[in-house]
Amino acid sequence: MVDLWDGMSRAFWLVVTLDAELVEIALRSLQVTLIALVVASAIALPMAALLTVRRFKARRTVIAVLNALMGLPPVVVGLVVYVLLSRSGPFGVLGLLFTPTAMVIAQVIIIVPLIASIAHQSLRDLWAEYHDLLISMNVTQFQKISTLLWDARRALLTASLAGFGRAIGEVGAIMIVGGNIDHSTRVLTTAIALETGKGDFALALGLGFVLIALAIVVNLAIHWLGRTEREGRW
Amino acid sequence: MKLIVASLFAAVIGTVSYAGDAMKMAVTTSFNNSGLADVLLPEIEKDLDLEVQLLVVGTGQALTLGRAGDVDAILVHSRQAEEKFLADGFGTNRREIMYNDFVFIGPKDDPAAIDGVPTAVSALQNIASSSSRFVSRGDDSGTHKKELSLWGSANLDPETFGDWYRAVGSGMGAALNTASGMNAYIMSDRASWLNFGNKGDLALLYAGDPVLFNQYAFLPVNPELHPHVKTDLTKKLEGWLVSDRAKELIDTYKINGETLFVFNAE
Amino acid sequence: MSTLFPLVAKGAITSRRGKVLVGPVDLTLDGRGTCVVIGPNGAGKTTLLRLLHGAARLTKGSITWACPTEQARHNQAFVFQRPVMLRRSVEENLIYPLRAHGMPKAEARDLAQNWAERVGLQEMLRRPAPVLSGGEQQKLALARALIINPKLVFLDEPCASLDGRAMREIEAILHEASSNGTRLVLSTHDMGQARRLADTVVFLLNGQVHEQAPSSKFFTAPETPQAAAFLKGDIVE
Repeated sequence: MVDLWDGMSRAFWLVVTLDAELVEIALRSLQVTLIALVVASAIALPMAALLTVRRFKARRTVIAVLNALMGLPPVVVGLVVYVLLSRSGPFGVLGLLFTPTAMVIAQVIIIVPLIASIAHQSLRDLWAEYHDLLISMNVTQFQKISTLLWDARRALLTASLAGFGRAIGEVGAIMIVGGNIDHSTRVLTTAIALETGKGDFALALGLGFVLIALAIVVNLAIHWLGRTEREGRW
Repeated sequence: MKLIVASLFAAVIGTVSYAGDAMKMAVTTSFNNSGLADVLLPEIEKDLDLEVQLLVVGTGQALTLGRAGDVDAILVHSRQAEEKFLADGFGTNRREIMYNDFVFIGPKDDPAAIDGVPTAVSALQNIASSSSRFVSRGDDSGTHKKELSLWGSANLDPETFGDWYRAVGSGMGAALNTASGMNAYIMSDRASWLNFGNKGDLALLYAGDPVLFNQYAFLPVNPELHPHVKTDLTKKLEGWLVSDRAKELIDTYKINGETLFVFNAE
Repeated sequence: MSTLFPLVAKGAITSRRGKVLVGPVDLTLDGRGTCVVIGPNGAGKTTLLRLLHGAARLTKGSITWACPTEQARHNQAFVFQRPVMLRRSVEENLIYPLRAHGMPKAEARDLAQNWAERVGLQEMLRRPAPVLSGGEQQKLALARALIINPKLVFLDEPCASLDGRAMREIEAILHEASSNGTRLVLSTHDMGQARRLADTVVFLLNGQVHEQAPSSKFFTAPETPQAAAFLKGDIVE
C-alpha cells in the first residue's frame, strides 16, 4: 500500500513539475502510438469495409482469422519484427531496428486485426441496414465503402480508440524492437519495465499512473473532437 | 479550441527527433543499473559530439546483437564468450576497460552462515548444504555465467539442485526483486545491489574474493561482416574509454560513498 | 428520348437454393403511366419488383431494356416498404444519389432544397433523417428516388404503414411524377390505392403473372376467376 501512495505522489510531482524526462518519454509514447494508430486505421478500416461489402470465397475465413489475431501475443510480434528488421534479416538494409519506426511497425501489426475486427462488427450492422438502398442506387464499390465508413464513423472511432488503448499500453513488442534506448526509443511502458527492474516501484507506479492518465486524456480529447463535429452537423 | 487540440495531435505526430552522430552499443544490465552510464554518456556527448545509444540487455543477447550487426559495439563482462566472439570474427578487438565485483546478498539473519567464510566457493557450498533458497539469473548473462562457473569450482551442479534453487530467467533488477520477495540468497554485481531500491530484508553478506572480480571489455563489431557498422565512431569511443578523462570519471564514481569500478585499461 | 422502354422479361425466374420465388415471368412494360402490381400476400410482389429492378438475381430467362442494362439501372430508383434512411441529415439524404451520379455539390444542394419544398420537408433539411416520423421518412425516400429524375421508379407498398394524410401526400407526389413522364411500377395490397393510381394492373399469383390488363378493364371485367375472386375479397391461393 505504501508503494501505491508513493507512486501516486511521485506521479503527481512528476506531472506538476513537468519533469523534462517524463515529458520526453510521454510525448514519444504518444507520437509512436498515434502514428501507429493513424497507419493502422488507414489499413484496418477500409479492409473492414471491403470485407463487409464484398462477397468472396475466403471471406469468412479471413474474418475468423482477423478475430483470432486480435489476441496476437505482442512478444511474438516483436520477435518476428525484430528478426525481419535485424541487420541479418531480410529488411536489415533499412536499418530500422531499435528506431521509433520499428516500434510503429510492431504496434501497427498488433492493432490492425483489433481495429479491423471491431470495425467489421459495426460496419456489418450498418451494411444490413443500407444494403438494399445502395444496391438499388447502383453505386460503385468505392462509394459503398466510403458511405459505410463515413456513416459509421462514431463506431469506427471507438474501434480505433480500442486500438489506441492496446498500443499505448503495450510493452512486450516495443521493448524488443525498440530496445528501450534512452532519448531514442524509451517510452512510458518500457520505462516502467526498466524502473521495476531497478526496484524503484514508486517511480514505476508513478509512470504507470501518468500512462493511464494520458490514455484517458487522449480518449476524452478524441471523443470531444467527435462530439463537437456532430453537434455542428445535426 | 477544437483546432488547438487537433493541431496538438498533429504536432505530436509530426515531431521528429534529431539525431547527429549516433551509434548503438549493447551493454549489460549491470553496467546500466550501476548508474555509471548516466555519468559517462553526457561527457562523451560533450567531448566527442557523439550520442551513444545504449541497448540494455544480458550478455548473451548483447553478443547476439553484435553478431547480427544490430549494434556498433558491445560492452560486456564474460571473458570466455567475448573471446569466442572474437575468434569467430564478429569483433575487431577486445579492449579491457574496468572491473567491478560481484557480491553475495542474502537474508539478514544469514541461515547459511556465509558471512565471514574464506572464499566465494565455500559460501556457495554453505548455501547448497543448508538448502537455503537461492535465486539465479538463469538468463545466460555474464552474471549468470559467472555464477555457474563458481558452482563448478565448488564441484556442484545446479542441474541436480532441489527447488531451493530458483532460476528466474530475467535481468539483475528483476532477479533482485524476486530474491527480495522470497528472502533468498543471490549473487549480484555490487552496483546493481547498491542502486537497488527494494532491498527488503536482504543484506550484503559476502564480498572480496578475487574470483568475484568482474572485468568489463569493449568490443567493436567487425565492419568486414557488417559494412554499415560505424567503425570511425567506435574507434573514437574506444579512444575516449581508455583515456585519462574516462579513468578519472570511472574511478571517482561512487554510490553511498562506495567506489564501484576500478579503471584498468592499458 | 425514353430509350429505356420497352422492358421485356422473358421466362424470367429468380430462385434461391433451388426454390423458385418468382417466375417464369413474361412481361412487357412500355414507357407510360403507372403499373400497379397486386396479388395476395406471398405472391411475390416485392421479389418481382426487385427482379425487374435488377436487385434480385436473375436465375433463368432474360430481362432486357431498349438500352444497355447499366444505363437502364442509372435511370431508375426503388422505394422500399420500410424506408431506408442514411444516418445523415435530410439534406444529405437528398444529395446522396446526386453526388453518386457526379453532380457538383452546389447544384445538388439547390436541387435538394427544391425537392424538400415539393414534399414539404423544407423545415427539416438539417434534421437527422432517422428521427423523422414514418410518413416523413417515406416522403424523403420518395424525394430521394425522384430527385435523380429517373425514367422509372419501383415502389414496394410505399404506404403500407402510413396514416391517411401521409398516404394522400404521397399519392399526390406520385401523380405529379407520373404526369411529368416518370414511369411508376407500384405494388400494393390496398385496392383503393390500386384503383386510384393504376393505368395498368399486373395480377400476381404464386410468383407468376396471372393476368395483365388496363385498369379500366381489370377492375370491371377481370378475365380469370382468381382475379375476380381476389377483387371480391375472397381468399385466393
